[in-house]
Amino acid sequence: MNVEIDTSAFTEEAYELLSELEDSLLELEASPQDQDLISRVFRAMHTIKGSGAMFGFDAVAEFTHEVETVFDMARNGTIPVTKQLIDLTLAARDHIRSLLDAAASGDAVDQANANRIISGLRSLSPDKKPAGGSTTPAAPTGSKAPAQTAAAKEPNIFRIRFTPNQDIFGTGTNPLLLLNELRELGECRIVAHTEKLPDFDDLDPEVCYTGWEIFLTSEIGENAIRDVFIFVEDECELNIRLLDRDQVIRDREESKKLGQILLERGDVNASELERALMPLGDRLVQAGVVSPDKVRAALTEQQVIQEKHDKKKTAETATSVRVPSDKLDSLVDLVGELVTMQARLNQTAGTIGDHTLQLIAEEVERLTAELRDNTMSIRMLTIDTTFNKFKRLVRDLSTELGKEIELITSGGETELDKTVIDQLNDPLVHIIRNSIDHGVEGPDVRRARGKNPVGKITLAAIHSGANVLIRVEDDGAGLDANKLRAKGIEKGLISADDELSEKEAFQLIFAAGFSTAAKITNVSGRGVGMDVVRRSIEGLRGSIDVNSTLGKGTTITLKLPLTLAIIEGLLVMVENEYFVLPLAAVEECVELSRDDVKKAHGRHVINVRGDIIPYIRIRDRFEIEGNAPEIEQIVISEVDEKRIGFVVDKVVGQHQTVIKTLGKNFQHSEEFSGATILGNGGVALILDLTKMVRYVEEEELHELEVQ
Amino acid sequence: MSNEQTTTSSTQYLTFTLGTEVFAVDIAKIREVLEYTQVTKVPRTPAFMCGVINLRGSVVPVVNMRQKFNMTQGEKSVNTCIIILEIAPEEDGGVVVMGALADSVREVMELEPNQIEPPPKIGMRLRTEFLKGMGKQDGRFIMILDIDKVFSVEELSAVQSAG
Repeated sequence: MNVEIDTSAFTEEAYELLSELEDSLLELEASPQDQDLISRVFRAMHTIKGSGAMFGFDAVAEFTHEVETVFDMARNGTIPVTKQLIDLTLAARDHIRSLLDAAASGDAVDQANANRIISGLRSLSPDKKPAGGSTTPAAPTGSKAPAQTAAAKEPNIFRIRFTPNQDIFGTGTNPLLLLNELRELGECRIVAHTEKLPDFDDLDPEVCYTGWEIFLTSEIGENAIRDVFIFVEDECELNIRLLDRDQVIRDREESKKLGQILLERGDVNASELERALMPLGDRLVQAGVVSPDKVRAALTEQQVIQEKHDKKKTAETATSVRVPSDKLDSLVDLVGELVTMQARLNQTAGTIGDHTLQLIAEEVERLTAELRDNTMSIRMLTIDTTFNKFKRLVRDLSTELGKEIELITSGGETELDKTVIDQLNDPLVHIIRNSIDHGVEGPDVRRARGKNPVGKITLAAIHSGANVLIRVEDDGAGLDANKLRAKGIEKGLISADDELSEKEAFQLIFAAGFSTAAKITNVSGRGVGMDVVRRSIEGLRGSIDVNSTLGKGTTITLKLPLTLAIIEGLLVMVENEYFVLPLAAVEECVELSRDDVKKAHGRHVINVRGDIIPYIRIRDRFEIEGNAPEIEQIVISEVDEKRIGFVVDKVVGQHQTVIKTLGKNFQHSEEFSGATILGNGGVALILDLTKMVRYVEEEELHELEVQ
Repeated sequence: MSNEQTTTSSTQYLTFTLGTEVFAVDIAKIREVLEYTQVTKVPRTPAFMCGVINLRGSVVPVVNMRQKFNMTQGEKSVNTCIIILEIAPEEDGGVVVMGALADSVREVMELEPNQIEPPPKIGMRLRTEFLKGMGKQDGRFIMILDIDKVFSVEELSAVQSAG
C-alpha cells in the first residue's frame, strides 16, 4: 500500500512541540522540583511519540519512546532531575529534530549519536532491571493524579434551593448576606421565589416570605457551600444539587426534535407546529401547574448550563488557527490597496462636495483603518519565541567556552511584525555570540576584577512609540575606544589624525572585516558579523546603537519599526512634490516666517517656546526649484532623542501610508524609506528622518572642515 | 557572446525611437507600454533616473533613456511613452520591474538570427556591451539592446554613487 499521507501537519506540530520541550527543559533546569514542568516535558514527548508513530515516523517514535521511559521515572520520582538528565534530554531533543529533518530531506542520521544518548539515558535509570518493571505499574497512578486535579479545576454548576423558614428574621439572620457570601464563591445567578408574598396590606415585615434558587458556577465543592449556610441550617430548607449535564446537552443536540421529524414526514405544516410550540413554560403556567417564578428559575438553570457549555465550546475553538504566512501577506497587500483606494475615495468625495458621499467616505475610512489595524495585529507575534531560543544558545555556548553566563529576558510579550521577527533572529544571534565570546569574561578573570563570577546578559524588548527597542546588555569587559581607534587606523578605516568621539569609535565595530579579538574562535572573531548585523537591521528600517563602559559592560540597542507594511504618516508638500513623514516621530508643527529666519541671522535654528531647535529645509536639501512661500511650516520631529525641524511649504494632513519599496535601483538613496501612493494616483516619497539627519550632520561637518 | 543565444530561432522585438534613432528590445522582456504620466522625481539621484510612477498600486522607477545614452534632451510629446520592462538581475531569480522613457513606440517586428549582426566595436557613441546586435530594416539600422545589462543593478548604482 502506498498512500501518500500529508505529514506536514505532523512535522509542523512536532517542531512546535520540540521548541516547547526545549523551553520547558530549560525552565526545569532552573527549578528541577517543579512537577508541573516535568509533566509538561513528558506530555510533549508523549505527543511526539504518539503522532510520530501514527504518521509513520517510526524512527522518531522509537527514539522518543526511550527518552520518554526515562523521563517517566523522573516524573514518578524514581530518579532525580539532574543536570545530566537535562543535558541528555536536550541532546535527545536535538536528535529528534535531526530525525525529522532527515525524514524531510532523506539524509542519513547519526545513529551513533542516538545510541550514545540512549545509553546515557539508560544509565541514569536505577540499575536493577526489576526496578524498571516496578515503574510500569507506577505510571498509571502518576498519570491519574493530574487527571484528577484537572477534573477538580473544571467548574461545577450547583443548584441551591434556599427557602428560609418564615421566622428566620427573628434570629437576626439576613438571608441577603448569605447570598452575598455565595457570590464570592463563584459566578452566581439568583432567582427569587416571591409567589408566597401576600398583598401589601397583609404583609408582616417580620416574616420572610421569599425563597431563592441560586445557580453557582464554581470550582469549589458542595461542602464549601454548606459551610455558608451552617448557622441557618435548622431554620431553612436547603437543597444543593450538582448539575453537570454537558453530556445530556450534547446528546440532545445530536438527536432530532420531535417537531422537526414530524415536519420532515409531512405530518404537520410549519404554521400548525408554530401554534403548538408555545414555550413549555407558558403552557405550564397557563395550566396552573407551576408559578411563573418557578418557570423563571428553571429557565435560568437552563441558561446557566447552556452558557457554561458555550464558554467551553468557544474556549475549544478560540485557541488558534494555523494559516500559511503567504496568505497573510496577500491579505496585507489587499488591505494596502484598499487603503490606497480609500484615500482616493476621500479625495474625490472632498472635491465633489456631496454631503452623503462624504459621509460614506468617512465611514469607509473608519472601517479601513479598523481593518488595517486588525490585519496588522494578525501579523504581530510576540518576541517570546525568539528570546527563548537564545536561552539554549547562551547555555550551550557558555559551557563550550568555559564561562558561566545567565541570560535574563524581559518584555517577551512585546509584539512585532512577523517579517521583522523572522529577520531579527540572525542579527541577534550575532550580537549575543559576540557578547558571550568577547564581552563576558571567564569566571577567573571576573573574580579577579571583583565581579560576580557568573556573567549576566540581559535581553529586553520595550515599546517606544511606533518602534520597538531591543536591548542586549552584558556586564562584561566593555569596549575599549582607544583599542578600537588603533585598530581602525590599522585597517585604514580612519586616518591617524581623525578625532573620534567615543560613540563614533564604537560605531567602528560595524565596519566590514573589523575585529579586535586576538584569536579567532569558532564562535566569533573573524570580523564578519557586525556589519551584516547593521545591514540587516537597516534593511528592516531599523537602527542600531552601541553604548559601552570599559570594564562595566556593553549595551547594544536595536530600534525597529513595529511594522513594515503600513504606517501613519504626515503628508507635506514642497512646491509640487509630496513627501510623507512618519507621524509617530512628529511632535508639532510651527510656522516659520521670513522674520524668524532674519532673527536667526540665516542660521537654521528656531526658538520654539524657549527651546532652540535646528531645522533642515527640505527644499534646499532636495534642490527643489521654485520660491518658498512667505510663511513656511516646520514639522518638529523627534529624531534620535533630539528635536529637529523639517521645513516644508505646506502640511497637508494625516495619511495612512502603505509603504512600497523603491526597489534595488534606489538602494543608494537612503534618505527615503520607501514611497507611497496618494489618493490622486501620484507617488509620494517617505522620508527616513534618522538617516537624513545623519547625512546632513556629516555633510555639515565636512563643510566646516573644508572652511 | 550573448547574441549566440538568439541564433536558434527568430525573435520578436519591440522597436522604439530616441530622437531619430531606432532601438529594439526583446518582446519577452516587455510587460506593457504606458502613456507618459506624471513622474515623481526622487531627489538626489542621478539625472537619468526620472523618478517613480504609480503602476496600479506598485511603485516603479523610470529611467530616461536619452539621458542614459547621453543623447540630447527632447521635448515631451503626445508620443512620449513609458515602456515597462521586466529585468532579470543576475544574482537572484527575482524580476525587477522598471520603466524606460522613450520618445515613441513604433512596432513589433520579427528578426531572423541572420538579420542580426554583431555590433561594431567602435564608432557607436554607445557602450557596446549594452547592445545585443544590429538589425536592419528598410536600410535603417536598429540597435538591439541587451536590456538586462542596461538596467543591471551595478550599472545603475555604479553611476549613482559616482554622481
